[in-house]
Amino acid sequence: MLALTDVGCGYGAVPVLDGVSLAVTAGELVAVVGPNGAGKTTLARVIGGLLPARRGQVRVDGRDPATTPRRELARTLAYLPQRYELAFPFTALEIVLMGRYAHRAGPGLERAPDLAAAEAAMTRCDVAPLADRRFDTLSGGERRRVLVAQALCQGARLLLLDEPTAGLDPAHAIAVMAALAAERDRGAAAVVVTHDLDLAARAADRVVVLERGRVVADAPPAEAFAAPAVARAFGCALCVGELPGGGRYLVAR
Amino acid sequence: MIASFLGARARLTPARLSVVLLACAAGCVLITLLSPLVGAGLPGQGLEVMSPAAIWGDDLDATIYWQVRLPRALAALLCGAALAGAGCAFQAVLRNPLAEPFTLGVSSGASLAAVLAIRLGAGTYLGGAGVGAAAVAGAVGAVVLVWRLARVGDALPPATLILAGVTVSMFCSAASLAVQYTSSFADVSRMLRWMMGGLEWTTYASVLRAAPAIALGALVLLASGRALNAMAAGPEAAASVGVDAGRTQTLAFAAASLLVGASIAVAGPVGFVGLIVPHALRALVGPDHRVLVPASMLCGAALVVACDTLARMLGQWPVGIITALGGGPFFLLLLVRGKRHADLWRS
Repeated sequence: MLALTDVGCGYGAVPVLDGVSLAVTAGELVAVVGPNGAGKTTLARVIGGLLPARRGQVRVDGRDPATTPRRELARTLAYLPQRYELAFPFTALEIVLMGRYAHRAGPGLERAPDLAAAEAAMTRCDVAPLADRRFDTLSGGERRRVLVAQALCQGARLLLLDEPTAGLDPAHAIAVMAALAAERDRGAAAVVVTHDLDLAARAADRVVVLERGRVVADAPPAEAFAAPAVARAFGCALCVGELPGGGRYLVAR
Repeated sequence: MIASFLGARARLTPARLSVVLLACAAGCVLITLLSPLVGAGLPGQGLEVMSPAAIWGDDLDATIYWQVRLPRALAALLCGAALAGAGCAFQAVLRNPLAEPFTLGVSSGASLAAVLAIRLGAGTYLGGAGVGAAAVAGAVGAVVLVWRLARVGDALPPATLILAGVTVSMFCSAASLAVQYTSSFADVSRMLRWMMGGLEWTTYASVLRAAPAIALGALVLLASGRALNAMAAGPEAAASVGVDAGRTQTLAFAAASLLVGASIAVAGPVGFVGLIVPHALRALVGPDHRVLVPASMLCGAALVVACDTLARMLGQWPVGIITALGGGPFFLLLLVRGKRHADLWRS
């Protein structure tokens, strides 16, 4: 579903990613973590086809995302950017329905399947009651959940979400990750870029740790966070434990 | 019930779209047909209102209605639609509710070309069409220059574009003043008259010359409604849902420039319409460009017809003065409300 081979890129003369290789198959939920400035968002932009790789190869469902027509790419890949600044007062439902853009050409209005997909996505992200509220009047956490609903509404087989749980309270952050796990269980692949290491340890099948544009760990959570290189990257030791009733947690020390 | 169906926050349904556009279209047609009935009479007679029955006769009133005032109303209709549609497009792709044709140097470019044409005698040899054609060339030249100055790779950052627009606008205004300063009194008078914007010499021929360009620009914008909606969150967010952001920007910018150029060719620079109409309509019908663009074009058309009617009633004032006098206070009202609400598009 997603394959990166020795990818390097940057902004101007500043290199950001250096020899990143990564593979994500259908039915996997992968968390990308790393300290500030490690290149996580740049990696997401490269996968999303918004920043061309200077070297190496990026493939989304076998095609280069930088050269695939955007409408075709959006049917395969739903990308939620880290920043989302809206210029005009659309409602939450209108924002979610924008996720259906790629499913139909032309200037027409949404049809029943589009509305059904939006309603289902909003219910899963617990934002259905906010449908008629203006997006700019929502709290930061509510906005983020609406945007996750937009990505789910897109119906793509690869979800790439940059900080989907930023600003969310714990219950909603867990609910969003549960929604992504449900997508994984349905056969989709999900890549989540996050600063929330506990959530990554709790929900991801695999954790990819970036430091200064390089992958320093790519393994299941307990193994990845136990790697000495990861402790060096974050500047502290990270321990993943098992909860009595099942599930994982992470503490830093 | 009605408010929830038609209001800015109601989801756009076929029924809502139809009701809003039919209401706007009906108002637009009505004002266009009725406005020629009103106007200044013969010198010393003051304001004159024709009977609607007079238009079907074969007397002087019918001639005034069909041959003098109706083409002028149709020209006002086209100009209003073009300017409001262009305003919608510029605001959508620049994600800036203050963007409009005249913020981007289009008007100043057209004015510079027009004063140069008048200075070089184009008006004398080719008539109003020569000055109009020069104005279109100036508008297009300014747009191309601003476009090239502002473009960064494949992107068109709004801040860079506005900065380039303001710079080109200031340069063109200064150059226009230099041309005027070195021109004869008669030429300066003609230049000032053109820059005020007016429709008093409009004929069916000038309407027919502008109509295809305006229709083409309108069609492009009407077909881009969904993409323009997605652009409200920026090119990257739009691309993430499947919009080719660069192509959408280019098409919208080209269509808007075509609309502005055609309008300037007919009426000269008419300000504020592209700014205030999309603003007002966004608060009334919502920000969805599938309804905002056509509703703005219809209401912009009705507004300029109404302003031109008032201009005729006042004794052949240039319509640009009326739109500026009305638009200035409206814009200040927006600013005051914007300060209270911390941005400019809250209703």
